[in-house]
Amino acid sequence: MDSGQLLLLAAAGMLLVAAVAQTAALGLTQPREAVAFGALIAFGELLRLSLPGDREAAPIGSAGALGYALVLQIGFVPARQPAMQVIAVTAVGMTVGALPHLAAGRPAGVAGMASRLLAVAFVAFVFRPLSGLAMLSMHVWVALTVMAGLVVAGWFAECVIRALIRADALRAKFRVALVDEIRVQWQLGAAVGASAMLIALAADEMGLVALAILIAPLLVTQVAFRRYAGIRSTYLQTVRALARVTEVGGYVEDGHSHRVGRLAVAVGRELGMNEPDLLELEYAALMHDIGQLSLPDPIPGGATVLVSPEDQRRIAELGASVIEQAGVLDRVAEIVRCQDRPWRGTESGNTGSGSAGSGSTGSGSTGPGPPVGSRIIRAANAFDDLVGPSTDRDRTMAALERLRLDTATQYDPGVVEALSKVAGRRHPARR
Amino acid sequence: MGRLSRAAWLYMAAVLTAAAVLLACSIYLHRRLDLGVSQWVLILLVLAILFLVCDSRPTTLTSRQSAWSASSSATLAAVVMLGPLGAALVGVTSLLSMRRGLYVAQRAFNAAMYTLSAFAAGQTYLTLGGTVGVPQKSSFPGIIAPFAAAAVVHVVVNHGLLSGMLLLLPPPESARRARLGVHLPLLLVSDLGFATLGLLIAALWSLVSVFAAVLVLIPLFVARWAIGQFAAQERAYDATMAALCQAVETKDFYTRGHSERVSRGAAMLARQVGMHAERVEAIRYAGMLHDVGKLGVPTKVLQKTGPLTEEELAAIQLHPMRGLEIVRQIGFLEEALAGIMHHHERVDGKGYPLGLARDEIPEFARVIAVADAFDSMTSTRSYRGARRIDEAIAELRKWSGTQFDPVLVDAFVRALDREGWDRPDTTVVPPGFAGGMSAQDHDDPTAPLRVVESR
Repeated sequence: MDSGQLLLLAAAGMLLVAAVAQTAALGLTQPREAVAFGALIAFGELLRLSLPGDREAAPIGSAGALGYALVLQIGFVPARQPAMQVIAVTAVGMTVGALPHLAAGRPAGVAGMASRLLAVAFVAFVFRPLSGLAMLSMHVWVALTVMAGLVVAGWFAECVIRALIRADALRAKFRVALVDEIRVQWQLGAAVGASAMLIALAADEMGLVALAILIAPLLVTQVAFRRYAGIRSTYLQTVRALARVTEVGGYVEDGHSHRVGRLAVAVGRELGMNEPDLLELEYAALMHDIGQLSLPDPIPGGATVLVSPEDQRRIAELGASVIEQAGVLDRVAEIVRCQDRPWRGTESGNTGSGSAGSGSTGSGSTGPGPPVGSRIIRAANAFDDLVGPSTDRDRTMAALERLRLDTATQYDPGVVEALSKVAGRRHPARR
Repeated sequence: MGRLSRAAWLYMAAVLTAAAVLLACSIYLHRRLDLGVSQWVLILLVLAILFLVCDSRPTTLTSRQSAWSASSSATLAAVVMLGPLGAALVGVTSLLSMRRGLYVAQRAFNAAMYTLSAFAAGQTYLTLGGTVGVPQKSSFPGIIAPFAAAAVVHVVVNHGLLSGMLLLLPPPESARRARLGVHLPLLLVSDLGFATLGLLIAALWSLVSVFAAVLVLIPLFVARWAIGQFAAQERAYDATMAALCQAVETKDFYTRGHSERVSRGAAMLARQVGMHAERVEAIRYAGMLHDVGKLGVPTKVLQKTGPLTEEELAAIQLHPMRGLEIVRQIGFLEEALAGIMHHHERVDGKGYPLGLARDEIPEFARVIAVADAFDSMTSTRSYRGARRIDEAIAELRKWSGTQFDPVLVDAFVRALDREGWDRPDTTVVPPGFAGGMSAQDHDDPTAPLRVVESR
């Protein structure tokens, strides 16, 4: 487990223990309300959903917990739960909701729960002490403004935590990871924030019935997101699966497309590409040999670096035209089309690294050279042709050496540098 | 809209008249306002705007066909705060809907439909003891039960009037109705889900007035965004899958478009036998991918003109397994995978790869087998021209009970009658075509693969 994740879990764990201990010592304030909110949180945790990029969210649970932190009055009674009780109820609710996932053999998703808990804790710590102020209960607009500000701040804090964990686990750059996180999360974050405020206000007006009533619209949002995330992952799975037809057809070695795909994504991440670009890069890398299907028979030995430039050109063109057929992957097609173009860097090695990083938008051909995606695939493909599934260190080093020798004309030096970093990680012991 | 039947016009006129009469009567009778006039008008305006915002871009929650709009939240908020007349007036604003491509007649019908259902909901609410006006704390939980009843009435009347209309529309629309029926449970649930937002708007009005509508709109718009993204991704996905399947087909000129037609045929047959929408989707994909494994068959075997050796036959018969191997990682329904693996089984047990018989063969596989053979027979092959539809049907019937499931053959013929079939029109191979062409077709039941006699 990564150090960042460990730190997060430790922080959340300590908070959890402190909150439960204090709540146990002081006794539950307004137990009926606590149980109702806890049940909503558990229900939401049960209905977790995954967002694009292997992220997890529990919108109903988060909205319930934030609502519990923000509620000023429930029916005719002022809400008096202290911040620690909010945290304890949230934590217990989450745990109860996660148990069925564990029982069904799914991952517990502790890291996701921990970051959600920390965001709720932040909001509760700031808002609960304020909740007794007459200014908030008298002036609903002041209360609303404070709530909105806190919800946004809490959401942002959660994004930062998630980005830190992600950057650490995937070896991505933090800034890129944060922007990716915000891009994926803001819509759902807005829905959760608005729902939390709705819960707080509606509980004020209607009493606890509000919780049951709010579940319905939240469920609709949840279903919509689930379907969206579902089709995204099926899409990727399908491209991954169908990329294998070149292997089954005997055009390339077994596992080639997948290895090139993984390698290309790792290199792209090393170069600071963001998630949408990485997704296109992965598609292009998986399908980079698809053009071979248009050839009547496999080229002997597959499309290795050893194939003549004319054949490589033809495969790239045919592949791009296959992908263009889809009508929605034009940028992917462009990356595939340019995969055989040599990197015509005229300047010396190290400036290439900078330009590869800055040109990482991956759109079309930036400047005279091929798009960065094509350069990455060209290098990753050559590397895999030379090394294959082998993890032999000497063979890896020899392949990298060969690529480095060609950085004057053939391969982007920045890409090769990133590639050697990525390949070096496969042998951590002897690095 | 000019092609409406007389019955449809009559129906529409009846609905319009009913709405107009109802509206006129209740305006005449409704002299006493529970709220001050200015507040009544303000609420009406806000809710009308909310209604239009929700209605102008309806969202499809369940699938491509059934458009659904969250506008009922505005109507139901009006039921609580303004009573039946106000709710009906909010419904009338549907006339001004900013939805593009609506005919005048459609607008009028929609407005009448919303007016009637809103009025019915309002009356239900009153009858069951709901109090009209901006709710106060003391109103809860008393008004929840009447509100729930009103929401149910609203949904039921709305869908009732709509399906009455769809029943009377010509075929493409009535096919839509059939699919609507499949989605109905989910549709009702989402309608009720958003109806509760109406109660929220009403409940929060005394606290934050107009801002209640804004706060409610945010999750609504996010849901709509996600649904829009879903639809866009689904289209992109279908296009990508079709492109990749075409790439697989380029090896053989004659089988171009085969996957897509089998996919369509299998989905058509699946609908005919009343499969659930989700399974129809799955079989659409399974039909599309049923032959990907053919890529593992060497080209020279596919293009061989003479009889095949045992090994070559085995290579061809392995293709469903190869296909399964490729497709297995995709998170499809288990059934779709089984459909791909067993699409060459025969009802009499003489098929491959496992030689399953009758009910042992998964339903998906039996469906795909029919569509697969039918498309093969109605397409041109190097050794014969394309058969006519009726000839191909006769062949299907001939093999019904030995190769194909008789029930499915019957259903397929009925589906063909209803929806028709697009035969491919590629008959001439362009000179210099780079790919090859098969000399034999493993899908063609009328020309079984010839195998060298073993001694």
